[in-house]
Amino acid sequence: MPGYVRSISGKARPKARRLTETRAVRWTLTAIALLFVLLFLVMPLAVVFTEALAKGLAAYRDAVTTPDALSALKLTLIAAGIAVPLNLLFGVSAGWAIGKFDFRGKELLITLIDLPFAVSPVISGMVFVLLFGRQGFLGPWMLDHGYRIAFAVPGIVLATIFVSFPFVAREIIPIMQATGTQEEEAARVLGAGGLQIFFRVTLPNIKWGLIYGAILANARAMGEFGAVSVISGHIRGETNTLPLHVEILYNEYNFQAAFAVASLLACLAVVTLVLKAIVERRAHAVDVARERAEMDLLAEGHV
Amino acid sequence: MGFTVLYLSLIVLIPLLTLPAKTATLSAHEVWDVVSDPRVVASYRLSVGASLIAASVNAVFGFVLAWVLVRYPFPGRRVVDALIDLPFALPTAVAGIVLTTIYAPNAWLGALLGRIGIKVAFTPLGITIALIFIGLPFVVRTLQPVIEDLDLEIEEAATSLGADRRTVLWRVILPYLMPAWLTGFALAFARAVGEYGSVVFISGNMPMRTEISPLLIITKLEQFDYAGATAIALVMLIMSFVLLLAINGLQSWSSRRLAD
Repeated sequence: MPGYVRSISGKARPKARRLTETRAVRWTLTAIALLFVLLFLVMPLAVVFTEALAKGLAAYRDAVTTPDALSALKLTLIAAGIAVPLNLLFGVSAGWAIGKFDFRGKELLITLIDLPFAVSPVISGMVFVLLFGRQGFLGPWMLDHGYRIAFAVPGIVLATIFVSFPFVAREIIPIMQATGTQEEEAARVLGAGGLQIFFRVTLPNIKWGLIYGAILANARAMGEFGAVSVISGHIRGETNTLPLHVEILYNEYNFQAAFAVASLLACLAVVTLVLKAIVERRAHAVDVARERAEMDLLAEGHV
Repeated sequence: MGFTVLYLSLIVLIPLLTLPAKTATLSAHEVWDVVSDPRVVASYRLSVGASLIAASVNAVFGFVLAWVLVRYPFPGRRVVDALIDLPFALPTAVAGIVLTTIYAPNAWLGALLGRIGIKVAFTPLGITIALIFIGLPFVVRTLQPVIEDLDLEIEEAATSLGADRRTVLWRVILPYLMPAWLTGFALAFARAVGEYGSVVFISGNMPMRTEISPLLIITKLEQFDYAGATAIALVMLIMSFVLLLAINGLQSWSSRRLAD
């Protein structure tokens, strides 16, 4: 260990030197990590856009403005527009129930909320076919009464809600558990009403968690492929979402158009990543400020 | 509370219960006939095998990535850190077509690898690469916070007691990270077993060779063989449950370890 010997004779402290890897190891590991990121993340993202623009801007514009592409875009926005607000509502109520109250089966409830993450997307779509399909449990009765769910828009919306279900709840639950009920109790004692407590005390506490969960849920809702593919029935111009439209174009060997539509989804992914990074920083700043305030109170002997 | 349980039941529990309910209409004999069919067994073997390899690759490179991101400052670190979540944010169908395009025999990387005799697209190797892509964030994101929490004082203590860097790594750092590492591995594996969108384009979908279980379910559904599809799905669902239990166990082990 030449470094060790030299530092003994010199003034540098050997301990500090050996607390990290040698420079050669650090550089090698960093290089491996960056190469892996380049190969597996950067290159695919870049190829989406180069392929999309392979035949020029005009072809790109044509591909994303065909009636089929526009109706796919519309359905994607509808599905996410229903699924995300509903799951926000559920996330808050689940967080409220689990974080603020004690009851039996709490752990089980948390595990059940995670279920949609654990099952294959194909199975997520399939259960709605089993429920609402022509041979399904409720399907024949509903079809007789004029409700078409499987292979129609309502089925797509249901599958989208299912796959994006846990995102908000799993962000809110830990926050609600961590903040407890003290602040709400204080507000109650000071004379605030139920709604006032929610909007002035609870909501500001969970705000960043809500936004974070909504961003993730939205990305999943707009991008879901497997589950929606099973329930959609692939009816062009009717039950096609953007990811399904990408598949159809690709399977027709219309690669440039497929990548043009895919590039819209890739843009969504990039926007998601940027927003996510911003929210993470904001939420972190809030945490730090809160901690500092609590430390100040402690130092002054108020707590 | 009431709303929570009602919504959970309507959206998640009742739909999922149709799976065992549908299976109950089949005899055990029928279920066994479906799931012991050589084509179905081959698909299970492929799905599980490729997922295990992909999760192992992610365990190695995910560890390196998490370590580098936490410990070594380099320019552009924040961008790389944000990029790690790309496989979560990019729709799987987009990942599928772009990976196929990169590794197809007529694309530059596919051709390059083809010249040295490695075929990627439409082989199990291609499936594995797609599964590495979608599983990448799990190991990094479970390890990162634990490495951040790793107390430098412990390493300092070990070092001052005479341990060299390798001993510190093997005897101090790795045991500490092990529960989170295994959790990340299990999460990546669980996600890979059920993955459909990113795999279906690059796999080529040849029966017995490159046909994954989720695709087989869709094939059966399209032939209106609901019973067959249900039986295959049930086996996958049981696998998911076992994995979910294992992950929960690992996570509580991890949090107990960190609480000490």
